[in-house]
Amino acid sequence: MSVPVPLRTGARLRSQVDATEIIVVRAPADPVELTCGGHPMIDVKAEPEAGLTLDPARSTGSPVGKRFSLDGDASLEVLVTKGGDGTLANGSAPLVLKEAKQLPSSD
Amino acid sequence: MGVDVLLELAASMVPERVALGPHAGGMTFAELAERSAAGAGLLLAEGGRSVAYVGVNGPSFNVAVFASALAGLPMTPLNYRLPDGDLGALIDRLEDPVVLVDDDMRARLPGRQRLFSTAGWLAQTATAEPVSLPPPDDDAIAAVLFTSGTTAAPKGVVLRHGNLTSYVLQTVELLVADDEDCALVAVPPYHIAGVATVLTNTYAGRRMVHLPAFTAESWLDIAATESVSHAMVVPTMLARVVEHLEAATDAPKLPALRSIAYGGARISPSILERALAAFPAAGFVNAYGLTETSSTIAVLGPDDHRMAMGSDDPVWRARLASAGRAVPGIEFAVRDPYGALLPPGQTGELWVRGAQVAGEYVGLGTGLDAEGWFPTRDRAHIDADGYLFVEGRDDDTIIRGGENIAPAEVEDVLLTHPSVRDAAVVGLPDEEWGQQICAVVVLSASDTKATAEERAEIVRAYASSRLRSSRAPSSVLVWQELPYTPSGKLLRRTIIGSLTAESDNPIAATTDTPANGGS
Repeated sequence: MSVPVPLRTGARLRSQVDATEIIVVRAPADPVELTCGGHPMIDVKAEPEAGLTLDPARSTGSPVGKRFSLDGDASLEVLVTKGGDGTLANGSAPLVLKEAKQLPSSD
Repeated sequence: MGVDVLLELAASMVPERVALGPHAGGMTFAELAERSAAGAGLLLAEGGRSVAYVGVNGPSFNVAVFASALAGLPMTPLNYRLPDGDLGALIDRLEDPVVLVDDDMRARLPGRQRLFSTAGWLAQTATAEPVSLPPPDDDAIAAVLFTSGTTAAPKGVVLRHGNLTSYVLQTVELLVADDEDCALVAVPPYHIAGVATVLTNTYAGRRMVHLPAFTAESWLDIAATESVSHAMVVPTMLARVVEHLEAATDAPKLPALRSIAYGGARISPSILERALAAFPAAGFVNAYGLTETSSTIAVLGPDDHRMAMGSDDPVWRARLASAGRAVPGIEFAVRDPYGALLPPGQTGELWVRGAQVAGEYVGLGTGLDAEGWFPTRDRAHIDADGYLFVEGRDDDTIIRGGENIAPAEVEDVLLTHPSVRDAAVVGLPDEEWGQQICAVVVLSASDTKATAEERAEIVRAYASSRLRSSRAPSSVLVWQELPYTPSGKLLRRTIIGSLTAESDNPIAATTDTPANGGS
C-alpha cells in the first residue's frame, strides 16, 4: 500500500481501477492520499496493481475538465484530464466539485 | 502545470474541431497540438534559450505560444511598431533568443542569428518531427512581455506558467464553446490580451480568426464572412466601428456576433452607448487587467451593461463606466499612499492579489509585498457592491488608443527646441482615443515678431516631425510658467485640472487627431 506523500503541482496521476487521470493544479503542503474508486492514485506512467477493482460505493464519477478540491479547504485543487467512473477522494473523504462561475469571455 | 496542458485537453476532446482559420480548411485542435510539438523541436534545434516573436497576429503566433511552452522556452512577442533600434535593443535583452519574424520585417533585424520566418517555420511544423519533453513546471517562465514603461527602458514582465494557467482555469470552462463559435482577434501579439486570447479560446475550444491590420471595414467584413461570435477590441477600434456603422447604410449585418469584449483603455460613455445601440443583440463585456496580472482581473458583464443602461438608479447608471467585479481568485484592496485600507467609495491606489498576479520584472524581481499584494499604480475606487472604477494611472502615463506614452519622452523632444524653456505633457480626456496628448510649454523671451500662437504652432510642428504620430501632442499651449511644488516636483494634476476646467483656452496650436492609429 502507498503512504501519503506531499503532492507536487503539475503532477499527473491516474486511477488504478478506471479511466480517470488528473493533474494537480494546486498542492497543499501537508501530505494527502489521493484515491479514485477506492484505491490510491498512482503516477500516470506507473502500472496499476493487479487484481484491483472499482469500489461500487466510490463510483460517482470524475468528469473531464472539472476541478475538485478538499471539502472546505482550497489548498488542494486537481483538474480531471481524462474522465472516469471512480470517485476522487482524499483517503476516504470525497473531494468536492469546484463550481466554476460562468464568466463571459473577456479575451 | 504549463499552458501546453490547455491545448492538450482541447485536442484530446475535440480533435477534429477547427481551432484556427476558416471553418473549411482551417487547422484543427489535433493539428494545432501536433504542429506545436513539431514546432518545439524546430525551436530547440536552434539551441536558443528563449523565443522572440516579431510579427503580426495570425495562426503562426498561436502555434508559437504552445511550441515555446512544449520546448520549455520563455516567449516574447515584440512590438513591431517600435523603431528598428528600439526593437533590436529589446531583442538584445532576451536570453539567446530564437527569433521568429514576419518576412516583411526581416530586413529590420540585420545580423541576427537563429532566425526563422514565421511563415516558413509554420510550414515546416507540418512535416517536422514532434518532440516530447518533460512538461514545464508552474514556476517555469511562459512569457516575458515588455511594458512601454514610464521610464526610458521598458520593463520585462515575467509571466510564469502557473500565473497564466491559474487565470485560464479560474475564468474559463473547458470547452464552453460550441462548433459554431468563432473569436476574432484584432489585438497584436505583444499585448497581454493577444497572449491571453490564445490560451482562453483554446481551452474554451473556440475557433479563432485573425485580423492583422485593423480597419473598421475589414473588421466588419471578416466578422461577417467568418460568422464571428466573439470579438475583443480596444475602445479606439470600437469607436471606429461604430462611426463606420453610423455612416454606412450597406455595412454587413452580424447576426452571429454574441459577445463584444472591450478593454485596455478608458472608453468614452458616448462611444459605449452608441456601440450598445449599434449591436443591440450582442452582450458587452468590459475587461480590466494588466500585463502583470496575466490579463483580466475584473469584468463588467452583459447583464451589468443591460442593468446599467436600463436603470434610473444613479448607482446602477454609474456602473456603465465601471470595470466590473473581480474575477474568481482575485482580491482587490484600495489603499491610501501609506498602505492603509480605504473604505468603499474612496479613491486610492488599487492593489490586487491572486494566483494569476505575477507582478514580477526581469532583473528587478517581484513587485509583490510579503502578503502577495501587487500595487497596480492605478487610481480606483470600489462601490458598495464590489464594482471597480478605475480612474487612471497612478503615475502619469498617458494611455492613448491603448498605447502607453510616457510624458517624459515627449517633453524631452519639446525641450530640444531652442524656444522652449519648460514643457509639461499631460493626457486629457478624449472621446475617441481615451486620452489625447496635450503639451504646455513656457517659451523663452524672443525678439521675433511672431505671435505666441505662431510660436506655439512652430513648436507643435517641430514635435510632430520628431515623434511618431501617436505620440505627438495634438495641442500645444503657451503658459507663462508651470506649477511646481516647493521641492521642485511638477504638479501635473494641477495642469490637468486647469486644462479640463477652463473653457477659454490660453494661446494654443492644435491639430486634428491623425486619421490612423499612428505608428
